[in-house]
Amino acid sequence: MRIFSKSILAAAALTLPLAATVQGAGHGDNPYAGHIAARQGYMQILAFNIGVLGGMARGNIDYDAEAAQTAANNLAAMAGVDGRPTWPAGSDNAALGDATRALPAIWENMGGFGEEWMAYGAAASGMADAAGNGLEALQAAIGPLGGSCGSCHRNFRQSDE
Amino acid sequence: MRILRFLVLLAILGAAAGWYLTGPAPLATSDIPDREGDAVHGEQVFWAAGCASCHAAEDAEGEDRLIMTGGRAFPSDFGTFYAPNISMDPDHGIGDWTEAEFLSAVMRGVSPEGQHYYPAFPYGTYARAGMTDLQDLWAFMQTLPADATSSRDHDVGFPFSIRRSLGGWKLLFLSDDWVMQGDDLSPQVMRGRYLVESLGHCGECHTPRNILGGLDYANWLAGAPNPSGEGRIPNITPAALTWSASDIANYLRDGFTPEFDSAGGEMAEVILNMAHLPDADRAAIAAYLQALPPLE
Repeated sequence: MRIFSKSILAAAALTLPLAATVQGAGHGDNPYAGHIAARQGYMQILAFNIGVLGGMARGNIDYDAEAAQTAANNLAAMAGVDGRPTWPAGSDNAALGDATRALPAIWENMGGFGEEWMAYGAAASGMADAAGNGLEALQAAIGPLGGSCGSCHRNFRQSDE
Repeated sequence: MRILRFLVLLAILGAAAGWYLTGPAPLATSDIPDREGDAVHGEQVFWAAGCASCHAAEDAEGEDRLIMTGGRAFPSDFGTFYAPNISMDPDHGIGDWTEAEFLSAVMRGVSPEGQHYYPAFPYGTYARAGMTDLQDLWAFMQTLPADATSSRDHDVGFPFSIRRSLGGWKLLFLSDDWVMQGDDLSPQVMRGRYLVESLGHCGECHTPRNILGGLDYANWLAGAPNPSGEGRIPNITPAALTWSASDIANYLRDGFTPEFDSAGGEMAEVILNMAHLPDADRAAIAAYLQALPPLE
């Protein structure tokens, strides 16, 4: 439990500068530049922590139960961050072009989008339950975690290139 | 006058030859090995061949990806194709088909009624598959649930609305030769070639097409416009895909890029299939991709 609250603190600390960015938004042609920066920053935090877990799962980093648990707790804590204010209607790639890869489908199907976040939360909890219990447990949890990312990106994020 | 008569005769002969050549050519019974399909191995073929990517419902997840209800739309330059119901329902699906009818559909693109299928169904690449693998696939598919959803008609304009014209398309563009040639390929690369060029039908999206929709083999897997009209399907030859073999294989299992971004779009769906394969198969796909000539 101590580790968990520590990771919430860490997540909060990481999120603060992003909140500041949101405050500073509103300049230039893109009224949602700050919101988009916040969303992308959020995703970067996920990628950073998934990088630790994925690196271990793939054998690129030596397995370390404590580091794995910390990264997994961070992911679970991030699932609890209410990001809704950073997703205002109109901040999609049909309106804003290359500034974002967020598809209009998000706002056409907000219920489905919300379900994807819930599924991410479940996969992150699954990882938090597994990550500290050995490499095999971690490896078994990485697929469902990747599946939850892909499931949302499949319908709601513009593909590469 | 005599020349005119000769030309008319020539035209009639040409038309007759054309009619003959564009006719659907199902498999003969003698082409098909006399053996029982192995449904357990067939499940591996099912995932490697990506059947669920098109024939499961759009939002299907988990076990629901085994319900081959169809209905997904595939927009293209030629019209919009709708994946048919290929569940075991005898009326709305393919539950009353014979093994030979199934194999002719998958390997020759010919329906039990003797019509050509549109090549949105990648029979051109399944033609390179081992027939015993597809017999196993049929054995597995017969274990899947029936679903009573009606198949939707394709929305295709003239002249492609005339199915016979697809016979000409097949003559022009189908080949069951391997794209990657060579006598000195390692067993791993050969396995990867089979998975990529045949069952996985990767080239259907990652290879550009000519104006008639035939694959441009000179630019094999070098990336292509997205048929949905938005964005591009990436180049996966070594000129652009510079990941390690281990990164490629892992991406196909957990969906994470080496930077731990995740796959999106259609590829997220492909990974749901690829994740079911044994590690050795994903490693073979990676080995094959790394053996491709780099194309810009």
